[in-house]
Amino acid sequence: MAESGTLTMAAARPAERYVDDAIRAFTLTTLFWGIVAFLVGVYIAAELAFPQLNIEPWFNWARLRPVHTSAGIFAFGGNALFATALYVVQRTCRARLFGGDAMAWFLFWGYQVFIVLAASGYVLGITKSKEYAEPEWYTDLWLTLIWVLFLVAFFGTIVKRKEPHIYVANWFYLSFIITVAMLHIVNNLTLPVSWFGSKSYVIYSGVQDAMVQWWYGHNAVGFFLTAAFLGMMYYFIPKRAERPIYSYRLSIVHFWALIFLYIWAGPHHLHYTALPDWAQTLGMIFSIMLWMPSWGGMINGLMTLSGAWEKLRYDPVLRFMVTAVGFYGMSTFEGPVMSIRPVNALSHYTDWTIGHVHSGVLGWVAFIVFGVVYHLVPVLWRRGQLYSMKLVAWHYWIATMGIVLYITSMWVSGIMQGLMWRAYDSLGFLQYSFVETVAAMHPFYMIRALGGILFLTGGLIMVFNVWMTIRQVEIPEGDSPLLRPATANQ
Amino acid sequence: MKFNHAIIEKNVTLLAVLSLIVVAIGGLVQIVPLFTIESTIEKVKGVRPYSPLEVEGRDIYVREGCYLCHSQQIRPFRDEVERYGHYSLAAESMYDHPFQWGSKRNGPDLARVGGKYTNAWLVAHFVDPRSVVPESIMPRYGFLADDALDYRDIAEKLKTLRAVGVPYTDEMIANAQADLEAQNNPDADAKGLLARYPKANIAAFTGDPKRVDEMDAMIAYLQMLGTLIKFDDYTAKDLQQ
Repeated sequence: MAESGTLTMAAARPAERYVDDAIRAFTLTTLFWGIVAFLVGVYIAAELAFPQLNIEPWFNWARLRPVHTSAGIFAFGGNALFATALYVVQRTCRARLFGGDAMAWFLFWGYQVFIVLAASGYVLGITKSKEYAEPEWYTDLWLTLIWVLFLVAFFGTIVKRKEPHIYVANWFYLSFIITVAMLHIVNNLTLPVSWFGSKSYVIYSGVQDAMVQWWYGHNAVGFFLTAAFLGMMYYFIPKRAERPIYSYRLSIVHFWALIFLYIWAGPHHLHYTALPDWAQTLGMIFSIMLWMPSWGGMINGLMTLSGAWEKLRYDPVLRFMVTAVGFYGMSTFEGPVMSIRPVNALSHYTDWTIGHVHSGVLGWVAFIVFGVVYHLVPVLWRRGQLYSMKLVAWHYWIATMGIVLYITSMWVSGIMQGLMWRAYDSLGFLQYSFVETVAAMHPFYMIRALGGILFLTGGLIMVFNVWMTIRQVEIPEGDSPLLRPATANQ
Repeated sequence: MKFNHAIIEKNVTLLAVLSLIVVAIGGLVQIVPLFTIESTIEKVKGVRPYSPLEVEGRDIYVREGCYLCHSQQIRPFRDEVERYGHYSLAAESMYDHPFQWGSKRNGPDLARVGGKYTNAWLVAHFVDPRSVVPESIMPRYGFLADDALDYRDIAEKLKTLRAVGVPYTDEMIANAQADLEAQNNPDADAKGLLARYPKANIAAFTGDPKRVDEMDAMIAYLQMLGTLIKFDDYTAKDLQQ
């Protein structure tokens, strides 16, 4: 996209400062919730290897599992999305955030309240039991309010823009906000038993509820964890690499094809269930087609480095971002393969799915967040540069090792268990009891937990590095990055 | 006329509306017909609303997140049918708000666990899973027997379920509390309970007929799972969607 260079508005001199205070807060909570998500993840991974670690009732595996998933997706990922969406929309529109500081701070505190309400509820046993939509009705209502205000702030800022074109990153962010609103409202329609109690019953039942749930669930992946993070990719990779987006045309095709096709993929979570075959087949076909726009986006991100590949050698921040796009390509290839019904017959209900999800969330989502946060902290706090690039490189390699251990151990244990379930002996009897397949997975559960510990260690190194960066001396006001021509360090 | 994408790029309302239309299509095509095509839910006899004690048990099942490790959905494969029983029908979860099909089997499928184990085995297993299955990785749930069941709002629960589509009658709602207590007490008069909820298991599940605890409710729920349909009465063709 040739124009994207001009979109960085070298000459921009906003009359007043961009709204950045709350963005700094969102950046810090991204790290905080990230550590929470990794820590709880390590703990529940260890519980599967050593069941004695379950402490009834609050710290039993199934009460902590939604804490881990919500902390990872909605707290870590969500705070990163708020931070970057609000950052990117102001800069690419050359406009101050609609609603100003008050709006930004309300979004910040409102969203943290949502996270705390949801997570504390799970530990206490307050859940709707819809995966990735577990919070009960009152928490859902609160999130709806926050989300509508998020849309108002984002949309309003674009309306105020001084750039004629809406930059591609904003298309992705906008469609993410709109689609998540639609999914959240439709999937969470419930009727409370009492207005003074937490319990409610979802209005859908059985097969229809399953379809609505996985329409929601898969597109929580598709829009929360993909479209929105592609918005991040479209802004921060060109920034960091100091190259324009590889192809403007490809970004248009990528955007419309991705958002159209993703919505259809939900039924691949319900292969061979009581969901009618026609719906399963639609889900499979669209999941396979989804491979194309996914790789189109990957190519657009990676080829942006044309002529700048040597930067990967000495910039570990860019390395995080580019590796993220690589993992995005890998997991968006694995996903369509697993959506093919005979493959799914083996993979479904096993750890293979867990490994697949984590190659996406650790490799793609977390890595692009790490890259972006390392890039943003010196800009937001006007600190010139990071405390230590060497520590970024350490973080990169330790976390990468963690991911490799995680996904390979889950491939082995998942495929092994799937094969054991269907194994017959020479007399025609089932060869293994269920619990024999559980016992066989023990070594892989230990390897997975080790992978998680490495990933957590990397996260702690990052927290230290960011903390030390913020403690450095601020660059003088007159030299504000806002007033300087855009550079890669901005 | 040549289409120019810049028109959309310069108009945020157009961009937002087009995005919403594009993302709405898939869901409409996949979800709406499930409510309108009649064959989606198989025509079988025997599926009934949950008894009050089973409703309470199911709510605890939801609260504890059992679905995160146990599916309730048997796929039509030789090994699954031999291991767990007849493949699951849509009709069997038609009163499940929300559905409990699950997505991962850290433990075995429970769609037809009803009647497979005795009440005493289930109690021992909840208190300490490894005392009966040494390799098990399931957490302990002994606290379910410590906590008395709070069922003061059981009639409200049935009313709410009726509002979302479960066919509870006025009689069922009026008798909710009595039916709940009767199902936990083998000496109680169970004629009304069994007329309203055929095949309901009646037992002092954890041993004390006078006190209903959370584990009583949980076991009552588990013992009915998958037991309502007599599959001998149907051929594969009858069960086609």
